[in-house]
Amino acid sequence: MGMPDFLINALLAAFAIAAVAGPLGSFVVWQRLAYFGDTLAHGALLGVALGLFASINVTLAIVLCCVALAGLLFLLQQKPGLGDDALLGLLSHSALAAGLVSVSLMGSSVDLFAYLFGDLLTTSRRDAYVIIGVCLAVLGAIIACWRKLLLMVIDADIAKVEGIPVNLMRMLLLVTIAIVVAFAMRVVGVLLITALLIVPAAASRRLTRSPETMAIVAALIGSCAVAGGMFASFWYDTPAGPSVVLAASGIFLLTLLKRR
Amino acid sequence: MPATPSPQNFSSSPQNAPLLQMKGIALHFDGNAVLENINLNLNEGEIVTVIGPNGAGKSSLVSLVVGLQNPSAGSITRQAKLRIGYMPQKLTINPQLPLSTQRFLSLCGNNTTLKAAVARLSIECLLKTPVQKLSGGEMQRVLLARALMKNPQLLVLDEPAQGVDVAGQAELYHLLGELRDELGCGVLMVSHDLHIVMAQTDQVLCLNKHVCCHGEPESVSQHPEYLQLFGKKAAADIAIYTHNHDHQHDIHGDVVQPGAAADAHQHCQHDHSSHKH
Repeated sequence: MGMPDFLINALLAAFAIAAVAGPLGSFVVWQRLAYFGDTLAHGALLGVALGLFASINVTLAIVLCCVALAGLLFLLQQKPGLGDDALLGLLSHSALAAGLVSVSLMGSSVDLFAYLFGDLLTTSRRDAYVIIGVCLAVLGAIIACWRKLLLMVIDADIAKVEGIPVNLMRMLLLVTIAIVVAFAMRVVGVLLITALLIVPAAASRRLTRSPETMAIVAALIGSCAVAGGMFASFWYDTPAGPSVVLAASGIFLLTLLKRR
Repeated sequence: MPATPSPQNFSSSPQNAPLLQMKGIALHFDGNAVLENINLNLNEGEIVTVIGPNGAGKSSLVSLVVGLQNPSAGSITRQAKLRIGYMPQKLTINPQLPLSTQRFLSLCGNNTTLKAAVARLSIECLLKTPVQKLSGGEMQRVLLARALMKNPQLLVLDEPAQGVDVAGQAELYHLLGELRDELGCGVLMVSHDLHIVMAQTDQVLCLNKHVCCHGEPESVSQHPEYLQLFGKKAAADIAIYTHNHDHQHDIHGDVVQPGAAADAHQHCQHDHSSHKH
């Protein structure tokens, strides 16, 4: 008995996202970018509305919207005092509200639920290949800049003095997060994307002792969460995205048993 | 570019072009002057200490020197491809980043330079420690090792003695003096006061937005502007300290061969038992 095609496509896409969410999520945790991730994800909904309005490819519109938002956040980050929690919270939820309003203005043709909570099981084979390609590219960029990114995380000032292009690295990080968020929307939906990034990384932190192993183990934990969540979704007919996130949270709870 | 001087002939280097030259530097934030009309030369083999009260612009001066900030007016000339080893005032690394001291250091150079720097600073016993668990004094040593791995021409240290007890401070400054001799590099450091620094310092820059006075430690400590800033008591303390220093080269009272790397294990214990002296 073979697996149904839709399940294979879904698993391929979800594993690819989980693999890249491990290292990227580690950077989100290290750079305290969880709120940025939220803001990007919520802004992605605005991209859906814009894509439908301009009648261009919706995924492309989401990517463009996220990257534009990443640019805006990058500029905000440059101004000390503006990057605080309150402002990001304001931005994040305003983006969500604007997205919800504009999508509902587009009429009943949009399945809002699919965007908010993910629509993994409708992934086509072609979608899966595109997602795998994008994830490989992002992973390649992160690996190529790994040392520079790490030095930036440790201390941006020292890195700058030593000639690391800190602003370029920061931009790279925000743009790759934007891209992954745009594609991960399909897996877990707007509301839970940040969880997919930070929960496996947080669980991995408790088990590992070097940045590299933390990133790799986070990818593995994310993959396990995907497998577990999809299994539950398939057999118990639970929504796929939330099941994946719950599985990741379950793994995190298990890591709490480990003594440090 | 002049040939790099061999480690021993650093004393002749002031004839060379300065590593870094500041002319008429000013720095303003939102119209408020933080620094005004600063002229400063940093030379090979010379230790310059910047002292001054809180808010005098010491850290701003450092960020100008290392290029983290651009001056509002004036010019900074650096020697071509100047290698700067920078130690910030404080390094807080996110505890979510699992990073051992060894891995931290290995990000900055190959294994050979790492081993040499670690041996020079006697921090072998810290290699497995997560960087977030290092004490103030240990962190300073690790950062110094990191700076050494880059074979710097100019070491810039912003209040390197913060969070280090008095014995540790004296040891650190002594070490800086030794490293200056070994590498022939220039050193710029910021300090709150002159007490412990001065024996290792060639030039003192007393800063309070502008350069109040500038010169050798003894002359600065008698300068009217210095006395006005720090009070007569501070000046008296310095006089006492320099007197003591002439008779005592090791703060622990141990016999240490100058220049020879002390036993690693012993050194690490010193960090924790600095009051036995």
